[in-house]
Amino acid sequence: MNVRPDPSFYPSPKDAMNAPPEKLAFTLMLSPDFSREDGLAIVDVDPDSDTYGQIVHKVMVPYKGDEFHHFGWNACSASLSPMSGHAFLERRYLIIPGIRSSRIYIMDVKEPLKAKIHKIIEPEEVFEKTGYSRPHTIHCGPEGIYVSTLGGGGEDGTDGPPGIFLLDCETFDIIGRYEIDRGTQDKHYDYWWNLPQNYMVSSEWGLPPQFENGVVPEDLLSNKYGHRIHFWDLRSRKNVQTIDLGANHQMALEIRPAHDPAKSHGFVGVVVDTENLEGAIFTWWKKEDGTFDAKKVITIPPQPADADDLPELLKGFGAVPALVTDIDLSLDDRFLYVACWGQGEMHQYDVSDPMNPVLAGKVEIGGIVKKTKHPNGKDFGYGPQMVEISRDGKRVYWTNSLYSTWDDQFYPGDRGAAMVMANVGEDGGLTLAEDFWVEFPEGYRSHQIRLEGGDCSTDSFCYPNV
Amino acid sequence: MMEMETAAGLWLAVIVSGLYHGLNPGMGWPLAVSAALMERKPSALYRALGALSGGHLLAMLIVLVPFAAMSALVRWQVEIQVGAALILLALGLYLAITKRHPRFLARVKPHQLGLWSFLVALAHGAALMLVPIYLGLCAIDELDAGHAAASTLMQNAGLLFVVAIAHTLAMLVSGGALAVGVYRWFGLRAIHQTWINTEAIWAWSLVGVGAFTLVWALVGH
Repeated sequence: MNVRPDPSFYPSPKDAMNAPPEKLAFTLMLSPDFSREDGLAIVDVDPDSDTYGQIVHKVMVPYKGDEFHHFGWNACSASLSPMSGHAFLERRYLIIPGIRSSRIYIMDVKEPLKAKIHKIIEPEEVFEKTGYSRPHTIHCGPEGIYVSTLGGGGEDGTDGPPGIFLLDCETFDIIGRYEIDRGTQDKHYDYWWNLPQNYMVSSEWGLPPQFENGVVPEDLLSNKYGHRIHFWDLRSRKNVQTIDLGANHQMALEIRPAHDPAKSHGFVGVVVDTENLEGAIFTWWKKEDGTFDAKKVITIPPQPADADDLPELLKGFGAVPALVTDIDLSLDDRFLYVACWGQGEMHQYDVSDPMNPVLAGKVEIGGIVKKTKHPNGKDFGYGPQMVEISRDGKRVYWTNSLYSTWDDQFYPGDRGAAMVMANVGEDGGLTLAEDFWVEFPEGYRSHQIRLEGGDCSTDSFCYPNV
Repeated sequence: MMEMETAAGLWLAVIVSGLYHGLNPGMGWPLAVSAALMERKPSALYRALGALSGGHLLAMLIVLVPFAAMSALVRWQVEIQVGAALILLALGLYLAITKRHPRFLARVKPHQLGLWSFLVALAHGAALMLVPIYLGLCAIDELDAGHAAASTLMQNAGLLFVVAIAHTLAMLVSGGALAVGVYRWFGLRAIHQTWINTEAIWAWSLVGVGAFTLVWALVGH
């Protein structure tokens, strides 16, 4: 408990944008064949430092087979909520779930170069107290830390629907399930909210048997992955509306609401349209009457390719889909970054008018077919995947691995972890920084990135920009 | 003369505790700022302050009414004061030691400001803090001997409203001034800059008021 609010809590997104630039990044490392322990890499991103672009500290966990994926802070700008009146938590702990083991690590990063494990929540406790499994997305919210899960109970996680559970933000004890009325929601992936407007939006990937051993082509072609988004009354914990994006819009993943809480719209990325192999972005928004609507605003067409250049899974299509697997919105709500993991492209859209996005910048790196090298001459291995934007919106970082078993289907062989950075032009445009390239330990892959002091996919703000 | 001074001191306490509650962000002034910013109109700020004050006032009344009813039982005055003191001590120590925040408050929706303010004032003991002050004022009234029980009850009921309203007005003045200041002049950063963790001070001030009441009741005044 602090006497003053943590200096990295900001009332509005604009205040956060004016904060000093990040000097460290936290990146998850996973052992794709589960032969070694996963870990957290602390990366120096201070251009004035001698160790710029290098891993300066690692925390390896004592277990194998966790498969790290997404993670988040114990506390963020949401702590300044006028409703909670308790602004004195520290942004100090990273909550890192193992998506495969259901184990959750709480890491103390108060002194980043001496970061260490603070607490481990064993999988049995998660199963017992929540009936959920495979914890995934972390957000700090009104009642504590929210953890979304991808699986229900039972061995294969299909006994009951997956959902969200709550962790106490100080003791990290599991409090219990979030949902009081989930409506027809039966799959889960991402979720985020607008705290003052009291709504939450959640998305759907698939159930554990549909992803743990790789994508199931029959399920995909018969549109059995998630394709709906759910709107919740956040504090009543009720699903108030479900929008079906259309069964062909398979795997609605990342939910990115506008950061300014006075705005009532946001975005969701769709991995692939099974009718035409397009990737898609939908804009969703709250209407005058309080209900929600959604509309497809961006499509990314597949790129024709020689069957010889394609992995087994795609050979029959003669084309490589964009595979929109992550999106991220800058704090000024102006630029939406879209990772096209299959094609090896990072797109930057100007979404000042959220209903009419305009492509403002693009970087090509990696890709199933193109295999574009980094400007420093090195192979990127896979495609752009988890993307994170600096608070000031001037730097965009990304890694290259999607998920162990899926990597192997789309990019067979072991191709190495990577983390790169691109600079954003004054008025858009995106250029890879030649001098930023993080070397990871042999045999590991890299996934989500968090920036010291908050970034564009962790903090929820309680006051509008003025 | 002594009574006059004591009465003045107690009325001062009614006002000062109101000002104190108003300044505490935990009692809601940032919500008024947020309401005005979200709705993009200053009138929302005043409406929010109205709802917050209404909730606070209601909490005061609900907590004070049982004591007003009991305070007519002049013979049990000491016991009643001791009871109030013990409740204050217990809540203060509970808040000081556990440092827990009541989770049910997180279920209140952002537009339910009156309800929020009402629950916060109850849960954090803001309303309770007024009880000893109120009982003190009742006791002084009764020193003007010769009141019939019925008229004492009437008088105490009247006093109850005056105390609760005076306290709430003081809270409205200080909290409102901060909210308007931040909204119009200081900007949002002031929320961050002025927010100081008063949780420990708050808990111990409950304990302090409780202890003082206990001594006062037992040793005599």
